[in-house]
Amino acid sequence: MEATTLQKTPTAARSIDIESMQRGPKLNMSNETTCLEVKDFNLFYGSKQALHGINMKIAKNRVTAFIGPSGCGKSTLLRCFNRMNDLIDTVSIEGEMLLDSNDINAQSVNVADLRRQVGMVFQKPNPFPKSIYENVAYGLRIQGVNDRATLDKVVESSLKGAALWDEVKDRLHESAMGMSGGQQQRLVIARAIAIEPEVLLLDEPASALDPLSTLKIEELIYELKDKYTIVIVTHNMQQAARVSDYTAFMYMGELIEFGATDELFTNPSKKQTEDYITGRYG
Amino acid sequence: MVTNSQHISQQFEKELQDVRSRVLAMGGLLEQQVSNALEALMTGNTELARLAIDADKEVNSLEMSIDEECIQIIALRQPTAGDLRLVTGILKTITDLERIGDEATSIAKMALNLSEKDRPKKNYRELQTLGTHVCTMLRDALDAFARFDVDQAFKVASEDQYIDAEYESIVRQLITYMMEDPRAITRVIDMMWSARSLERIADHAHNVCKHIIYLVEGKDVRHLSIEKMEKMLNRTP
Repeated sequence: MEATTLQKTPTAARSIDIESMQRGPKLNMSNETTCLEVKDFNLFYGSKQALHGINMKIAKNRVTAFIGPSGCGKSTLLRCFNRMNDLIDTVSIEGEMLLDSNDINAQSVNVADLRRQVGMVFQKPNPFPKSIYENVAYGLRIQGVNDRATLDKVVESSLKGAALWDEVKDRLHESAMGMSGGQQQRLVIARAIAIEPEVLLLDEPASALDPLSTLKIEELIYELKDKYTIVIVTHNMQQAARVSDYTAFMYMGELIEFGATDELFTNPSKKQTEDYITGRYG
Repeated sequence: MVTNSQHISQQFEKELQDVRSRVLAMGGLLEQQVSNALEALMTGNTELARLAIDADKEVNSLEMSIDEECIQIIALRQPTAGDLRLVTGILKTITDLERIGDEATSIAKMALNLSEKDRPKKNYRELQTLGTHVCTMLRDALDAFARFDVDQAFKVASEDQYIDAEYESIVRQLITYMMEDPRAITRVIDMMWSARSLERIADHAHNVCKHIIYLVEGKDVRHLSIEKMEKMLNRTP
């Protein structure tokens, strides 16, 4: 019998891919595509200046949160992005606001078109007193789309996009007013995304909701950013920290600090930001 | 950036102050424990050695209660920015402090062992310099924590390299003793362990300094050489 020799076969050392376990690269504004740009922007209510020299770039397909104490101008700034302030007579503005490099305040801009591109959701859910289906289809209907099959498709995809489909698919033709607050808010988001805007402005979208509905909205925001650029105003700082990629801290009409959320909440560079997010007074 | 402004919530302010002062109390306890252990080693005073060993229980229970307090703060207050760094910095700091307590305990145990053996002529003088140096380093690190002083933390952190060099030379000396007189081996090994413990205490003090730098400036300087730290902090040692 032949002697067998034990041959050592070299086995590759089991290596662990350390890279894959580390957190992804930190967000950096300079690597982003700009969606909205604000240049030297001032806003006045009559003679009172509410926004002072705001300069910022809002990144495409990211969530940007505005935080700051009441009256700091965050909602005012948000409302400028789809010219909601046009509705207030005493408002005058200076400076530029660009959506994909086009001035949104230019004479030639059709405000209705702008608001189709830049949708908005408010603090209190405001469904129309119509059926769930008609609420979502509303935007398309006023655009003149009445084809049943198209509407069905858009209503379904929008409700799915707003994480509401499974809860309402069996009662699409019931009144939207019978839904819970959290469901109504998601319905309003579905209505906003039905017309496929580019930007979604959310003004305190979860402040009137219970914690579970709030979590659903936050989860939804996370999913929606693949398709939309989202700007959210919130009083809830933990929420801003959870949902946003970038955070802007505003105080008395000025933009104090704007940067990656991770950085701003762990190591802000301005004392005012630190004082605000840690709950101090100066 | 750790600001001096007051919290709107007085209760939260008090909780942060409280946990901070408990870390200082733990530090004070450790300083005493280390110096008792060292003194016991030098003089053969068994009473001091027992004191140092007993102190460890107190250090351990302080570690656990500070730990719990920090977790409470995180759960109930959701601290951010400087407050968050303070709480996480403390969580890391107390781990290092507790290990310092363990090392002091083992020095005290060596002191007990050695007290039963014949004492050499030099009375373990070799360890005296290293021990004093380590005690100073620990005290300065705790001072830097009390004042949140980044400059001092950096200075103390850079001391560690000298401690390491001292330790190396003690080890060489002790090896020579063992070669010269094999009957001394058991005794010299106890000395070697003690030197090792002192060197470890300095390592932990060094870590504490890095935690201080993180909690004050938000810069993570762990695993960096002194030169790289210097560059990151724009300071000279």
